[in-house]
Amino acid sequence: MSDLTKLTLKAALAGLKARDFSSVDITKAHIEAIEQARGLNAYVLETPDKALAMAAESDERLARGEGGPLEGAPLGIKDLFCTEGVRSTAASKILGNFVPAYESTVTSQLWRDGGVMLGKLNLDEFAMGSSNETSAFGPVINPWRRNGSDAALTPGGSSGGSAAATAADLCLAATATDTGGSIRQPAAFTGTVGIKPTYGRCSRWGIIAFASSLDQAGPIAKTVEDAAIMLRSMSGHDVKDSTSLPVEVPDFSSYVGKSVKGLRIGVPKEYRIDGMPAEIEKLWADGIAWLKDAGCEIVEVSLPHTKYALPAYYIVAPAEASSNLARYDGMRYGLRAGGPSLTDVYEESRAQGFGEEVKRRILIGTYVLSAGYYDAYYLKAQKVRRRIADDFDQAWQTCDALLTPTAPSAAFALGEQSDDPIAMYLNDIFTVTTNLAGLPGLSLPAGRDAQGLPLGLQLIGRALDEGTLFSLAGALEKAAGFTAKADRWW
Amino acid sequence: MAIDAATVRKVARLARIREPEERLEPLAQELNTIISWIEQLEEVDTDGVEPMTSVVAVALPLRDDVVTEGGDTSRILSNAPKSADGFFIVPKVVE
Amino acid sequence: MSEKSKLIQGRTGPWEIVLGLEIHAQVASNSKLFSGAAVGFGAGPNEQVALVDAAMPGMLPVINRHCVEQAVRAGLGLNAQINLWSRFDRKNYFYPDLPQGYQISQFKDPIVGEGIVEVERDDGTIFIVGVERLHLEQDAGKSIHDLDPNFTYVDLNRAGTALMEIVSKPDMRSSDEAASYVKKIRTILRYLGACDGDMEKGNLRADVNVSVRRPGAELGTRCEIKNVNSYRYIQQAIEYEARRQIEILEDGGSIHQETRLFDPTKIETRSMRSKEEAHDYRYFPDPDLLPLVLDPAWVQSIKDSLPELPDPKRKRFESQYGLSHYDAGVLVADQARAAFYEQAAAGRDAKLVANWTVNNLLGRLAENGGDIETSPIPPEDIAGLVKLIEDGVISSKIAKEVFDHMWAGEGTPAQVVEKFGLVQITDTGAIEASIDKIMAANPDKVEAAKERPQALGWFVGQVMRDTGGKANPAAVNEILKVKLGL
Repeated sequence: MSDLTKLTLKAALAGLKARDFSSVDITKAHIEAIEQARGLNAYVLETPDKALAMAAESDERLARGEGGPLEGAPLGIKDLFCTEGVRSTAASKILGNFVPAYESTVTSQLWRDGGVMLGKLNLDEFAMGSSNETSAFGPVINPWRRNGSDAALTPGGSSGGSAAATAADLCLAATATDTGGSIRQPAAFTGTVGIKPTYGRCSRWGIIAFASSLDQAGPIAKTVEDAAIMLRSMSGHDVKDSTSLPVEVPDFSSYVGKSVKGLRIGVPKEYRIDGMPAEIEKLWADGIAWLKDAGCEIVEVSLPHTKYALPAYYIVAPAEASSNLARYDGMRYGLRAGGPSLTDVYEESRAQGFGEEVKRRILIGTYVLSAGYYDAYYLKAQKVRRRIADDFDQAWQTCDALLTPTAPSAAFALGEQSDDPIAMYLNDIFTVTTNLAGLPGLSLPAGRDAQGLPLGLQLIGRALDEGTLFSLAGALEKAAGFTAKADRWW
Repeated sequence: MAIDAATVRKVARLARIREPEERLEPLAQELNTIISWIEQLEEVDTDGVEPMTSVVAVALPLRDDVVTEGGDTSRILSNAPKSADGFFIVPKVVE
Repeated sequence: MSEKSKLIQGRTGPWEIVLGLEIHAQVASNSKLFSGAAVGFGAGPNEQVALVDAAMPGMLPVINRHCVEQAVRAGLGLNAQINLWSRFDRKNYFYPDLPQGYQISQFKDPIVGEGIVEVERDDGTIFIVGVERLHLEQDAGKSIHDLDPNFTYVDLNRAGTALMEIVSKPDMRSSDEAASYVKKIRTILRYLGACDGDMEKGNLRADVNVSVRRPGAELGTRCEIKNVNSYRYIQQAIEYEARRQIEILEDGGSIHQETRLFDPTKIETRSMRSKEEAHDYRYFPDPDLLPLVLDPAWVQSIKDSLPELPDPKRKRFESQYGLSHYDAGVLVADQARAAFYEQAAAGRDAKLVANWTVNNLLGRLAENGGDIETSPIPPEDIAGLVKLIEDGVISSKIAKEVFDHMWAGEGTPAQVVEKFGLVQITDTGAIEASIDKIMAANPDKVEAAKERPQALGWFVGQVMRDTGGKANPAAVNEILKVKLGL
């Protein structure tokens, strides 16, 4: 039975449809696996009863020969998505035992398509972090370990729970969100596939907001095609989200396996940073070679403002967050502390409820928006952002997609970087540009470092061209032949 | 633009987050590190550049003026730390 | 009214008041600006609250097309520039009736730019008030402080309701001018249907910026008096505040820029508790909303559909109906009044209809605290009354009696005249008979009349009394003159 958890989403869906096994079977298998994997701390809330009830309903539909594109598939949900009747916390104390009376658009579409909810997955608090070490529920442990070492490694962040759970076969796939790299970097650290789609491709309604102009939902999955299947169900125009794009959702899976011959692949020279580990350089070169073999033309391009992306991000994101998180004030939901005066309750609730990283970012955000600093920081950052977007527009004149590493290192140990915020921020150096420009970015596992840890390659595409990314990723996946799974130690 | 403890105190108040006195100086240093790192943006020539205020190039969608929600106070109050008779009950403002 | 007389005499010389007003008008709409909850008075607490209004995690704003249209309409009514591109900004501050911790407003790029409003003073002279801008923003909820000694009760029904904020230039120089300006704005908005102008419900309220200066000097520091919601309070607040500031300045002090509240029971303004830091709202463009782009053709269609506004309507009433400036003004002060009048005046003596509508009907309605909407007399009955006068069926004097019966709901003019036998006597035979009777009974007065023609009046009075007031006075006069030999 536990073999059922090792299936890809695609294989599981086929098996369910063919009635090789039931949704209750595969859901039970996952529930067991989750119980045994609590040492990873991937789930902050398990919902086995709900999962089995949903699975039973899926089985009824499957028996009638009906069923949606995800029918019966057990999935994990990052605890940033509001799920009706199920506690949603953003991995923060400040939300307390908040139980939403509404379902996020993205997850409601998963249930519409037949998905089964296993539980809520751990994350960095309010999605702010690159290592899942800021969660109020404690860090997530990467299922991957260095060869011969039992040091606990981070799965990356903020979607650390989603990545760890997918990598450890604790769900067939998971939802995640990406504001500066929070899908792609954890995917790279855990040997899974993650895609942040074009800004506006998925609805943000019901997703606890971090930085509105940067946040996007996306899947973390075991294979490229699995990610395509998930993204299709997650995507779609939502009238309740004014930034949602009124565009059709393509059949993303159909792009996987398509020939990539003739596509021009840009290699941005500014992504070759000082001190880049040789292994990552090599992986990048391998990726270039694989795509060449597949018939792509390789082009060197320049994205001159790349190095300013992280500082720009660390103005825009905290600024928007400082405003988005003002509603967590102890008045209408969540933690209320302190008193008796109003100001006292505000200050104490938020001091107790928010973790240090969140507080730090709120303070930065408040500062850069405050009187006298708006022009120098926020306005400047938004102009630099335009420059970054223009760089990409320029690049698209000579190429169809870009190939870069996903992260500047493999997974690092817990506690290794948590004292140095800027070192932590630098984890997003390759990913943050796409959030600023609103472009789609996909990470897939392409190799392993000398210590056996997975390394990822990133593909960046034109707006709304996830299809091309899936085709290229499919080709790379085939060439790289990365099939390794973490050795089970839990 | 260096941030000192006094600035941190002011900003923390604006953000309604209590920071104990002993945290102000360390926080000032942390924030200063981040702010000076951010300041490299000054190197970028942004003369005549329009700030990016929307990532998507569509216009603001407008909705019809119909009532589609409301009437269910339990939905609104269900997570309230304190409520009664349909009201949220919050600490008094000291005027 | 000369410029000088608006000045206030202080102990040490004259002072000029400078006033600017920010009017908050609730947009007339079914649902809120960024959510689908209902707008309106009277619901139980938190019954008109959407998830967005309660600022639940993950909620997002979606703008109401009708509210945008109303703002455009209002802008056109203020002769203002409509900005085809505008944007929403967040105004960040903490208060329990502001669930998001920010208000969605328009700071840098409002939907409506500069405009002009002509306002008439009580003495008939005109002054111009420039409008700086009009923008859309969310209203906050309501905090109730007196239901519990230790806690505040919060009702979010009003949170998220669309407001139009109309910012004037500091062009007013007296409390009368300020009140007249607000009246004018209210009338325009009601004409447009953009706001119902109900000041009692708080659907129209003003923040008044008051400063004083020596005539010809630089602008003084201003204080803002928030949320004043009646003409009288506006005037009282301004007068109190101006004197307060003058006293301080004449004592050698200086004015601190601050926000104040008007206390209508004590008739004074009071400083709102000053915060340790000045308000730093950290405005920035709302990233959940894209720029608002208006189709010029849509704006034009709104322009084409505007009703006739008070100023052009007044001019038309003066030229088309020959009404006095005053009467025309009274009638167009309210669109319903103007409509009533035009219906009544159709085919009738326009001036006469105006007299009866303004002096009698509106006068009586005002005495009873009502306006044209509560009139027990429909326009066709005013028209009917006037027609009876025109046709000589009744005299103006009798018409007043008929009016009273109409007011009491006793029937149409024709019915009343019939019922109470008020038809004017024009039959010369009957008049002659009455005159002969009176002359015969008063031979000495007949003689005296030959010496003193003014005595005619006494005879007229007697005839009117004898005929129960129904004799046609003109005919009585004519026949009397002949019979008395005058």
